[in-house]
Amino acid sequence: MALLDVRDLVVEFPTRRGVLRALDGVSFSIEKGEVLGVVGESGAGKSLTGVSIVGLLERPGHIAGGQILLDGTRIDNLPAEPMRRIRGKRIGMIFQDPLTTLNPLYTIGRQLTETMQTHLPLSDADARKRAIGWLDRVGIPAAAQRIDAYPHEFSGGQRQRVVIALALCAEPALVIADEPTTALDVSIQAQIITLLKDLTRDEHTAVMLITHDMGVIAETANRVAVMYAGRIAEIGPVETVIRHPAHPYTEGLMASIPSLEHRVARLRQIDGAMPRLDALPQGCRFHPRCPKAFDRCRTDLPDLMDAGATRAACWLHA
Amino acid sequence: MSTRHILETVSLSHDFDVSKPWLQRVLAREPRRRLRAVDDVSFHIEPGTTFALVGESGCGKSTIARLAVGLYDPTEGDILFEGQVLSDARAKPATRRRMNMIFQDPYASLNPRWRVRDIVGEPIRVFGLGERPNEARARVGSLLAQVGLTVSDGEKYPHEFSGGQRQRISIARALASEPDFLVCDEPTSALDVSVQAQILNLMRDLQQRLGLTYLFISHNLAVVRHMADRLGVMYLGRIVERGPAEAIFARPLHPYTRLLLDAIPDLEQIGRSRKAVGGELPSPIAPPPGCPFHPRCPLANDRCRVEKPGHTPVGDVLVACHAVAEGRTG
Repeated sequence: MALLDVRDLVVEFPTRRGVLRALDGVSFSIEKGEVLGVVGESGAGKSLTGVSIVGLLERPGHIAGGQILLDGTRIDNLPAEPMRRIRGKRIGMIFQDPLTTLNPLYTIGRQLTETMQTHLPLSDADARKRAIGWLDRVGIPAAAQRIDAYPHEFSGGQRQRVVIALALCAEPALVIADEPTTALDVSIQAQIITLLKDLTRDEHTAVMLITHDMGVIAETANRVAVMYAGRIAEIGPVETVIRHPAHPYTEGLMASIPSLEHRVARLRQIDGAMPRLDALPQGCRFHPRCPKAFDRCRTDLPDLMDAGATRAACWLHA
Repeated sequence: MSTRHILETVSLSHDFDVSKPWLQRVLAREPRRRLRAVDDVSFHIEPGTTFALVGESGCGKSTIARLAVGLYDPTEGDILFEGQVLSDARAKPATRRRMNMIFQDPYASLNPRWRVRDIVGEPIRVFGLGERPNEARARVGSLLAQVGLTVSDGEKYPHEFSGGQRQRISIARALASEPDFLVCDEPTSALDVSVQAQILNLMRDLQQRLGLTYLFISHNLAVVRHMADRLGVMYLGRIVERGPAEAIFARPLHPYTRLLLDAIPDLEQIGRSRKAVGGELPSPIAPPPGCPFHPRCPLANDRCRVEKPGHTPVGDVLVACHAVAEGRTG
């Protein structure tokens, strides 16, 4: 049984001009200890998928259909209190900006011990000892002294290390990391990705890694889901999706990334832009930009179907 | 001082005053504090080419962009536009209109209350380039067409466009005064990759068609590799390596350039595990003595800790590194 199973998830936002369907039939699963990368352009629905899973969807947005199962139990319809206990204990979270995740008024030690004591039966002394251990593991130098420091006393990279410690300290089975390195400089980015990879491997934690950076996914993920306009366009093993993409959108996306290895005269570009939610085209949502679109693409919306080693939502593979 | 260069900087430095307010300073008996954002930077750009500056946040690349169009004045050193001191050149509208800037954030750099035709037409009005109103209007139409928009888009407001289309509007505005030299400060870092490809292709096309010269600022080495003819790698206000882009990407010499190239996650590196380089950027308010990179450098020795390295030529490339100069790169 998969650790996380998302089935046909639909998320809607009622607005004055009608209901906007931001996620439309998103299905995927994550096994224990697996890293699933989720990529897509801004507005594709990657972050929304993440917050829907942890029950932090902001009103008036709501889950309008589908199921989310953690270890076989539905969590999408839980009341606030049991959901709060799952957050932190079973599912840890890492967000893009460490400054908004950390409480500026509390020392990082207090934030760590409070998180652990909420979810684990620990005495004050044990919790503090463990907190120092975690800071040490995430690479904060002189952890025993730094534990009583406030978030503003750390650099951006160190803060993100603290956030990782905070997400992992209650030993969750799943971590949702939403753009964990986007706010950091490249040389720091590499350190954080390596840290996240090593720690989750040691703890056998499953990771849902949301990012727009294909390079980060290539290095970190086992499988990858490519999202487009509120749906999954393609999902499969990371190597196949990057080297032999089955969906024309994935193909265009990969080819549009400038490479460090060789210089080309022109980058492959996908003309146009992702449609807005209030102006979705009929049929496949990618067809107005797709070089391979044919009649059926303009009328029927494709679901994920087998396409070699991956699954793609594209009529080319029907 | 050859006029072959459209832009040249000579030992350019720029300081920011980061002192506390006067009263606090007097009460605490603190001296003024200055932050050297750009430190002794020299480079030149030949007409019709792209010179890129690359580095991490706080390295001074955007400060140079602002210096290059005269938004800041240099604290020390000179900037020359076709051999003339920039501030003199900018005093004349005829030369001022020949340089322009494209900004990073297409949401903040367009006036939300103006129609696109007024945004793009403003430089035409300011420099008096369109004699009659319908002449100016036709010019706006052709500028919009040039960047892949339609004449009817001119009637709309910026909020009606996506990020990529807004960046096209910024480019059309930058081209309106018929410049030869454009400073592009992270023009695609706010955009998604598929849209980034559209804008980079458009910029290359326009360069070829109009013979534009670019000063291209970016933190993204892959984008720089795609755009640059020549390149300067910056660290804490200094250019640590400068030369033809091909040469630097083929054989990076400075340890920092190598760190940057190693650190970038790349599609070619599926599932690889790499050794991350330790350390973080030091504060530019209190830069380390000697070579600013020495606390993070695997090749640093005692000399690097006390003596600031000068630039050593290696082939066509200039490198500011004692280890490279002494040949102890291992």
